[in-house]
Amino acid sequence: MINPMAVPIADYVGLSAVVFFIGVAGVIVRRNPLIMLMSIELMFNAANLLFIAFSRAWLHNAGHIFAFLVITVAAAEAAIGLAIVVTVFRTERFVDVDDIALMKG
Amino acid sequence: MVAFWILGVTLIGSAIWCISNTKPVYSVVALLLNFAALAAMYLTLNAEFLAVIQLIVYSGAILILFLFVIALLSSGVAPFLAGPNKLPRIGIPAVALLLIALGFLTYAVNRVTAGTFANATPSSPVGAVGTADVFGSVGDFGKALFTTYLLPFEITALILMVAVIGVILLAGDQAPYVPTKKQAEDVRREMREAILRGGE
Repeated sequence: MINPMAVPIADYVGLSAVVFFIGVAGVIVRRNPLIMLMSIELMFNAANLLFIAFSRAWLHNAGHIFAFLVITVAAAEAAIGLAIVVTVFRTERFVDVDDIALMKG
Repeated sequence: MVAFWILGVTLIGSAIWCISNTKPVYSVVALLLNFAALAAMYLTLNAEFLAVIQLIVYSGAILILFLFVIALLSSGVAPFLAGPNKLPRIGIPAVALLLIALGFLTYAVNRVTAGTFANATPSSPVGAVGTADVFGSVGDFGKALFTTYLLPFEITALILMVAVIGVILLAGDQAPYVPTKKQAEDVRREMREAILRGGE
């Protein structure tokens, strides 16, 4: 016997979209590199919530596996992003994200 | 149902708090609240293993990394307040438009998925959260991860290795920052000018 979800899947889609766009707004509006990285984490989490909600709706654990992989990628991304932040701010102390144009060529 | 709304409001509120703070440490605290609420929501969705992983990996590892970097960088100067942090002028209409679009999206998903999941075949037996070997438990997750999804799991290991090597190359074995004579002179001149301006 399959027990149905107490909350319709559309509500999870709406909630996840709201959190995702809060993350997008954070990346667009803020110029602080740490807050931008945190906003990216917010977006990862919104995607994860959808994976798990749909996994529950289908009662299939492929979504759980994929959410696990997303968490791993998010951890790697945070580590590399913070390493870049540390490297940049170690040499230039008064810097704006918009001024970092080392790779511009 | 009640849990969904309480946790949802917490999620959205803490996300807004996170991106609207000027102090990065407060943002980390808001993000911690966000992750905890998300872990609780995973529990309501029968994903108990991922709820624990969420707490350990996100709250335990990634947020601590953020805290370390903040502690490392904000000693002395405050480089994080540079630049505009204001909402662009199109902000409010954009948010209104977005909310309308989200409403339509939710409605459309509701229409499309109505009755779709009734005949889903479960990949594993379904039971209460906390029982062994039911959908979403550690046993169920591990069995799937190490049999059906073994290749993605191995690729994850590769990604982590690339990340470790990249971090070491970027920030690891470097000489400590010693300013050249010109850089030191620049900083000194900047400070002198700031003092002459009236120490703003």
